[in-house]
Amino acid sequence: MADLLPEHPEFLWHNPTPKKSYDAVIVGGGGHGLATAYFLAKNHGMTNIAVLEKGWLAGGNMARNTTIIRSNYLWDESAAIYEHALKLWEILPEELDYDFLFSQRGVMNLAHTLGDVRESMRRVGANKLNGVDAEWLDPQQVKELCPILNISDTIRYPVMGATYQPRAGIAKHDHVAWAFARKCDELGVDIIQNCEVTGFLKDGNRVVGVKTSQGTIHTEKVGLCAAGHSSVLAEMAGFRLPIQSHPLQALVSELHEPVHPTVVMSNHVHVYVSQAHKGELVMGAGVDAYNGYGQRGSFHVIEHQMAAAVELFPIFARAHVLRTWGGIVDTTLDASPIVGTTPVDNMFVNCGWGTGGFKGTPAAGLTFAHTIATGSPHALNRPFALERFETGALIDEHGAAAVAH
Amino acid sequence: MLLISCPNCGSRDETEFHYGGQAHVPYPENPAALDDRQWAQFLFYRDNTKGAFAERWLHSTGCRQWFNMLRDTVTYEIQAVYPMGGGRPDRAAPAPESGTASTAPDSTTTGTAAPDVSGTGTGSASTTAPEGATE
Ligand SMILES: Cc1cc2nc3c(=O)[nH]c(=O)nc-3n(C[C@H](O)[C@H](O)[C@H](O)COP(=O)(O)OP(=O)(O)OC[C@H]3O[C@@H](n4cnc5c(N)ncnc54)[C@H](O)[C@@H]3O)c2cc1C
Ligand SMILES: [Zn+2]
Repeated sequence: MADLLPEHPEFLWHNPTPKKSYDAVIVGGGGHGLATAYFLAKNHGMTNIAVLEKGWLAGGNMARNTTIIRSNYLWDESAAIYEHALKLWEILPEELDYDFLFSQRGVMNLAHTLGDVRESMRRVGANKLNGVDAEWLDPQQVKELCPILNISDTIRYPVMGATYQPRAGIAKHDHVAWAFARKCDELGVDIIQNCEVTGFLKDGNRVVGVKTSQGTIHTEKVGLCAAGHSSVLAEMAGFRLPIQSHPLQALVSELHEPVHPTVVMSNHVHVYVSQAHKGELVMGAGVDAYNGYGQRGSFHVIEHQMAAAVELFPIFARAHVLRTWGGIVDTTLDASPIVGTTPVDNMFVNCGWGTGGFKGTPAAGLTFAHTIATGSPHALNRPFALERFETGALIDEHGAAAVAH
Repeated sequence: MLLISCPNCGSRDETEFHYGGQAHVPYPENPAALDDRQWAQFLFYRDNTKGAFAERWLHSTGCRQWFNMLRDTVTYEIQAVYPMGGGRPDRAAPAPESGTASTAPDSTTTGTAAPDVSGTGTGSASTTAPEGATE
């Protein structure tokens, strides 16, 4: 039987009206905004703060992602921040006193070409040097871990092996948001929904307040956590970001008995699949090519990923698509996030997590809170500064094939 | 799926095309004179407009010609298709593309195609976005 989900109390946070002023305002009540507020309150004693969300709490990408959590990135800077996030995921259910069903069922990244194999083995080596658990599996070992995978050579791109991270997995995304929101509320943070930021008040080059659909709010500091809308907010504040917003789609099947024990990702055939706690198959792939703020994409992208899924998992041929949806992801050219200061004084930005920022939520919150509270980056987010696009010190996870989600 | 009206071939499925990002980004007139900040702007920064956006498309499996398109990035409605090198049809006095037409990335004009400002409905505007959570 699939797992039953835990029951929730009816209200986990209050819905206060905004105060006239705060010590800090976080724009965006997705996972990152909530995690940032939590760590501001917990680690830095900043409790006179607000999270402003234009819609409903965590209704953006936080509600739409496929919840894959892993840290097997190639470069040192990425491995450091994502592995720190994974370590936080391991302790957060207890710390937040909330079982958000973090399930370390492992993540497999399949290799289908000689190039994939070489890149994968290189990444396993790099991961091990960085203290990230990683293994190389041959096709037989792949089959043992995930018996429903087709490892025969009758498919167009046979499985030549896989990298495997046993500590990786999935979690219940909205429970994660609620866990952070409840703790934020307990610590005195104001969570304000239906409050859209429409502009900024500045004194010279310093931000001193935000204009919102619920009136003007004065604040010492502003932290942007607006994911797909980061460019729009930056433009209001008078600076640019190297971000392009794209639709990213995903889909679920109807509920099935547990058949899929782990998480399988294939960048080459291009699909990734897990089975959620209740039993639905959750699938996703890459972004739609065009820029888009519409929270929907084109159907051929869905067709493509289903074709890939059926090729890799013949058993899925008779499953049905129950629902497809889209989010707006904030992509950078090096597929790495931007967490740091901005050209505007006292304004900070956390964005660019693109297709893979759910897994980074705790580390984004921790490091962004540090940056906002102290005015300078934490060691983990220092390399992810906006300035890297000028210095050329990019963190090119695009070339590293472990990029997707 | 977008239905895109190629200036040369007519309406075709989006899958025949390749996306080229923001249009009207001229190659720097004097590359050697740029400092790091200006290079970063040229290499990594593009407009990320919410609303009417001028962008390049390539009809890769058809006539293999580039053209420009004006598309709303929220509704995805295609508002105009026009040749490379031409000004944005929704701007009264289009800014001249800094005199470097021969090296500008979008200067490979599609030739004689006249701007089509009639607007090509994508059909997708009527599809409501799924608002639900994933589970
Ligand atoms: C289909 C899909 C699948 C994905 N799969 C994975 C995955 O498997 N693993 C993974 O690690 N990541 C995944 N991601 C990426 C991940 O969801 C994002 O990187 C992450 O959620 C971004 O941080 P967030 O939660 O704060 O964003 P969001 O939840 O989008 O939060 C941003 C918030 O800002 C609000 N906002 C915007 N403008 C304003 C304004 N002017 N005023 C006030 N509020 C504003 C928005 O309403 C929104 O709620 C996926 C994304 C999508 C769309
Ligand atoms: Zn054509």
